[in-house]
Amino acid sequence: MDATRIATAVALVFALIDYAAAAGPADAPPGALSCSGCHPGSRAADTTVPRLNGRNPADIVTAMQAFKSGQLPSTVMDRIAKGFSEDEVKAIAAWYGAQKD
Amino acid sequence: MTAKRTSRRDFLKTAVAGASAAVLPLPAIAQSTGGRVVVVGGGFGGATCARFIRRIDPRIAVTLVEASPTFTACPFSNLIIIGLRELKAQEFGYDKLAADQVSVQISPATAIDAQGRSVTLGNGTRLPYDRLVLSPGIDIRWDGLPGYTEAAAERMPHAWKAGEQTLLLRRQLEAMEDGGTVVISAPANPFRCPPGPYERASLIAYYLKTKKPKSKLILLDAKDAFSKQRLFQDAWKALYPNLEWVSLSTGGKVTSVDVGAMTLVTDFARYKADVANVIPPQKAARIAEIAGAADRSGWCPIDPATFESKLQPNIHVIGDASIAGAMPKSAFTANAQAKVCAAAVAKLVAGGKPDDPKLINTCYSLVAPDYGISVAGVYRPADGQIKDVEGSGGVSPINAPASTRALEATFAHGWFSTITQEVFG
Repeated sequence: MDATRIATAVALVFALIDYAAAAGPADAPPGALSCSGCHPGSRAADTTVPRLNGRNPADIVTAMQAFKSGQLPSTVMDRIAKGFSEDEVKAIAAWYGAQKD
Repeated sequence: MTAKRTSRRDFLKTAVAGASAAVLPLPAIAQSTGGRVVVVGGGFGGATCARFIRRIDPRIAVTLVEASPTFTACPFSNLIIIGLRELKAQEFGYDKLAADQVSVQISPATAIDAQGRSVTLGNGTRLPYDRLVLSPGIDIRWDGLPGYTEAAAERMPHAWKAGEQTLLLRRQLEAMEDGGTVVISAPANPFRCPPGPYERASLIAYYLKTKKPKSKLILLDAKDAFSKQRLFQDAWKALYPNLEWVSLSTGGKVTSVDVGAMTLVTDFARYKADVANVIPPQKAARIAEIAGAADRSGWCPIDPATFESKLQPNIHVIGDASIAGAMPKSAFTANAQAKVCAAAVAKLVAGGKPDDPKLINTCYSLVAPDYGISVAGVYRPADGQIKDVEGSGGVSPINAPASTRALEATFAHGWFSTITQEVFG
């Protein structure tokens, strides 16, 4: 019983380490780190551009598709969205979703 | 680990030299066992790169080398020239880099031993490295335009490095009488901030229109085509009838300047100016040449995935100094490249293989204080160069309503706040 509990605890610790690592800049998928040039990581930034950290990945994917198709009006995002495949967008969205807000 | 390890003696020497030299959070070095990276240049590229290497792999000891304790940012400095912004808004320090345990050395890098892998600073400190990142920005080619010397720049400011030169041009415009002639000369490619001369011309034209309406502005250009051209020209036609653009093919290339006569000379004419702003030819800053990382063009060829120099192993070059293919020499580009380079350097120091990156550039220009336009691009390495991702990128729409232009002006300000917060905050 104790052994199981310890094993579970150890597994949990490893899972957390893994999660933390997957959310760090070392694991950012291609393109992700460029976004923070405009989308602020810090709340101190004075901008109307929305933050991406902690956002629901599905929402980011939907928005990027709509920017790409022109369904969602934008100034620059239509031009940027066209540079990324659906898989690339999904990876970027998942990574931002895992960032602490 | 394939990186060269530090001997205990080397390590102590470095630590002692560093400690005696300047503010140095020793723990960053003392606790690290994962290699040493030196970053030269504390602008949008270098400061970002130093911080992100630490965030990506905290085992790596990172030292940022920068000559000045204060960074003065160029983007938005054209608003300073026309009195709508103060220089203070452009100034940033390096205090916050300590939060990422980046060791900051305020002293110029004076020598680089690419074989022995060390950087020597003006204060005598020698910094050994496993990998070196150069983000030194540009130098003016003082031999690039006959008559245009450092002394001449005191009469005909370039204002292409923000700071005293920016304020000098502002004072000259303020002192000019209504009815005067302002002449700007724009260089051939490549140079820092491709849309910059045109934003500057626009904003000076705005200043003249609102403050000195009898004056005129002549923009002499060594090119026939430039960044966001159609957008600028449409706006000039609508807003600034006193702005005259003289292209290369209509004789716009300035071949020399006569400072005493306040005259800019082309093959076809002489232009007498009351205020002359000479944006001269440029090259990668001198330290890149000292490192042996600049080629005959004066700029630095790099690997498009890792930004490692094609001329010097273990040295990476980012930002304006690099030859980055389709990516323009902008602050956004330098910041985006810095993060890709940081990831590559961390992988390489640990003996790994860097991934192929993707990068973005977004660059805003103001045609008037409430009139913004942009260019954006998405890039990836292909055929040994950084290339545009096909079908992506481009400029703001040609026939957009004033509300769109106003929104882009707002986004431009937001961008500056966000990026400087990421780099220095």
